[in-house]
Amino acid sequence: MRWWHSYRMRLRRKRYRLRAIVRRRDLQAVADRTRAIRRSDILVLTCLRNEAVRLPWFLRYYREMGVNHFLVVDNGSTDGGREMLAEEPDVSLWTTGASYRAARYGVDWLNGLAMRHGLGHWCLTVDPDELLVYPFCDTRPLRALTDWLDASGIKSFGAMLLDMYPKGPIGAQPYRPGQDPLEIAPWFDPGNYSIYRNPRYGNLWIQGGPRARVFFADEPWRAPALNKIPLVRWDRTTAYASSTHMLLPRGLNLVFDEWGGEKTSGLLLHTKFLHVFGTRAEEEARRGEHYRAGAEYRAYAEGGVASTDLWTPWSERYINWRQLEILGLMSKGNWA
Amino acid sequence: MTGSVQGRLRRASAAAGRTPAADGTVLGIVMLVHTAFDRAEQVIRFWARGGCPVVVHVDRVVPRRAHDAFVLRLRDLPGVSFSRRHRCEWGTWGIVAATLASCEAMLARHPEVGHVLLASGSCLPLRPVAELRAYLAERPGTDFIESATTADVPWTVGGLSEERFTLHFPFAWRRQRRLFDRWVAIQRRLGLRRAIPDGIVPHMGSQWWCLTRATLAAILTDPDRPRFDRYFRRVWIPDESYFQTLARRHTARIESRSLTLSKFDWQGKPHVFYDDHLPLLRRSDCFVARKIWPHAEGLYQAFLSETGHGLPREPNPSKIDRVFAKAVERRTRGRPGLWMQSRFPREGWGGPPTAGPYSVFEGFAELFEDWEEWLARATGARVHGHLFAPGRVEWEGRGPTFAGALPDNPRWRDHNAQMFLRNLVWNTRGERQCFQFGPRDSQLLSWDFAKDPNAQIAVISGAWIVPLFRDPPPDLRAEAARLQRIESDHLAALRSPHAKARIRIWTLAEFLENPAEALQSALDDMVPARAAATAPRPRLASLPRLADLTGLGAFLQGLKNAGMHPYLMGDLPPDPPQAGGAAPSAAAPPGRRPYLVR
Repeated sequence: MRWWHSYRMRLRRKRYRLRAIVRRRDLQAVADRTRAIRRSDILVLTCLRNEAVRLPWFLRYYREMGVNHFLVVDNGSTDGGREMLAEEPDVSLWTTGASYRAARYGVDWLNGLAMRHGLGHWCLTVDPDELLVYPFCDTRPLRALTDWLDASGIKSFGAMLLDMYPKGPIGAQPYRPGQDPLEIAPWFDPGNYSIYRNPRYGNLWIQGGPRARVFFADEPWRAPALNKIPLVRWDRTTAYASSTHMLLPRGLNLVFDEWGGEKTSGLLLHTKFLHVFGTRAEEEARRGEHYRAGAEYRAYAEGGVASTDLWTPWSERYINWRQLEILGLMSKGNWA
Repeated sequence: MTGSVQGRLRRASAAAGRTPAADGTVLGIVMLVHTAFDRAEQVIRFWARGGCPVVVHVDRVVPRRAHDAFVLRLRDLPGVSFSRRHRCEWGTWGIVAATLASCEAMLARHPEVGHVLLASGSCLPLRPVAELRAYLAERPGTDFIESATTADVPWTVGGLSEERFTLHFPFAWRRQRRLFDRWVAIQRRLGLRRAIPDGIVPHMGSQWWCLTRATLAAILTDPDRPRFDRYFRRVWIPDESYFQTLARRHTARIESRSLTLSKFDWQGKPHVFYDDHLPLLRRSDCFVARKIWPHAEGLYQAFLSETGHGLPREPNPSKIDRVFAKAVERRTRGRPGLWMQSRFPREGWGGPPTAGPYSVFEGFAELFEDWEEWLARATGARVHGHLFAPGRVEWEGRGPTFAGALPDNPRWRDHNAQMFLRNLVWNTRGERQCFQFGPRDSQLLSWDFAKDPNAQIAVISGAWIVPLFRDPPPDLRAEAARLQRIESDHLAALRSPHAKARIRIWTLAEFLENPAEALQSALDDMVPARAAATAPRPRLASLPRLADLTGLGAFLQGLKNAGMHPYLMGDLPPDPPQAGGAAPSAAAPPGRRPYLVR
């Protein structure tokens, strides 16, 4: 029955790509600078809503890494973020008031943009609160990594979400726009991750960290997934299946080695837990536009998130990628 | 256009005053370029500044426009000329043809050249030209070319070592992989073999060499060359064997090593150097390195302006070797016991499932009143309670979290018990973990313990009866039967042929006969077998306090009389091993008992 499974996956991939084309009609261009994209440019794709406070650092972080162009979908921001982004010279911006949920949590929109503008490019799909860390990221730009991946014939690069949190109540320290969020939230769980293999898509299903430990320990099956494959060389068959957790065709999900070796991998430092998170959780719980009708956000809101302290004496303070490599959260693999 | 540029260059180079180096050796550079022309130009200028004539070969797949622009940019350098262009596809004859054409041009245009160095556009000279020239002058008549017979080297990738020379390879590996593989299979099946021409013994080695004029001229003008060329045209990756083989035929003296530092990964792909390799490259004292990432601005800036210390130094790439060997090791074997987003071995692969040894004690905490404290004192290890207890994870000190921020929530633990244990052992690398286990605990890992070579398991079977005996629950019989069934299943796992742990099992009765000796052997097991001969073993300075078992025999008899058959304890005398109960701590001062005497 393998062929049957493969065939179904193929149909599914076609369906996702079709949806992406249809959902592209939701998008209204605010600033389309895609003609400035050159052939070898590295692109960042992101979908956001009311993230103005994070944007200055987000743009700066990825520009310094060597990203050439940002493709942004703004899902009805009301905090001035849209106006700000429209001014940026390397940002192409679309806006939509359509339902985030109906667009499969933004995946359809981003698939659609990547299909139109990302073909043949390395596309990094991240949220504004996700900061990519990869081996040697302090000395080598992102292009060094993508060149190496190209030379090795690798088309996708895995980077697990690493939830970062402050010491003390989440709401205690205010975050200023342009500030490095890791100054406030430098702590993470170094070794509390559950991994299963997903037989349908061939990817790993990873849970854990502070969210599983504090908010979902009694219902572990509902804890959010942390596996991500944010960096992909987009070709005419590629499609994200569910958020950036898994891709189709399934071969792109094999970002791990099955015979004992380590493949090269990075991490997405997830700076979700800043003081802005408290109000955000309440709002998203009300809107119910997120995965499982915002069940995750309801759990946070019920947990009184602003006063929650995620820190433990066993939490680790972030220093650099080498520390994360030694802890076994990411790997240099064969890249030296 | 190209022709006229080349002609001009050739004339210019012929006319330009040749500046023979002070030390008498002129080094000619043959450079193969196919991309990153700005970097190639920088390096060519470096060689030219150092007084080296350069013959450049540009791959024919490079568009005419790019090629001509490149030629024009270099027209101010009289010593630089271009050779006839060939198509250089990886693994095919084109690269050798290009090299041959360029070498012919070099020897014809530059009669003063004494050595020729073959380099690529992504090679970076690490030391001043003068130092390289001096090095060559000190070793006159020596050819630096890595050259070994196929029988002697394990480098080859893809399983084709000797067969490179005995099969036909008309297809390109990169473009026509399926045809390539099919054709190799057919030849193997039919037993087709090519004859190796007389007069040569196939050798192979690094593509990058430095040959003397004499050797190179002998190779180029060999009357048998058409025969050899015809043969090597269908050899696989001839650029790694053509010169390596023919140099053996003509050389006066071979140093079988390359002056170009070049490292390959496990797939036969060259490692790339970046800015952060600067100190490593500098200390290596190699003359040339490849491959350099074209955007490694720091490396180009640092090395192309290098003035050198003038001291004669022998190239020493061992440090770089180690770095890259480690990278290959990490990619192929990984860190044992690590399970993470990019290392998730299939069942049975990747070595033991945990990162280091740990100990599982079953029944000890039930039998001894101060077991955990005592064990921690006696061994210095980290001693937990029942990690798999149904109510909570009993971390040492009963804290809410432990190493790696593992919580004490039993549901989260049981959600993925395998990863829970792997995480625990990984997070505490370098410190031995001991924990209690028993039939009251979650049995998800019963088999995993048994199969894990890192586990050391000491079992007092039937000891779970002690808490029942001291505080009998209302459904005593059912509870005892349940626990006995669970432990019996667990013991079956420990006794199965799949068990790889260090396992010791006593029945309660056996253990009570001589607790001190049994304890000593359980502790001895904590020292790895390999180190056991030399390492100091933990010795029993005192014994833990045994629970009061007065009446246990009668209690068991009572269970039997009620119809439940408790057998895992062994045969306890109907009236209890009273002596055993009180004895160990009081009557067994350490060092006096025969088995403790040194």
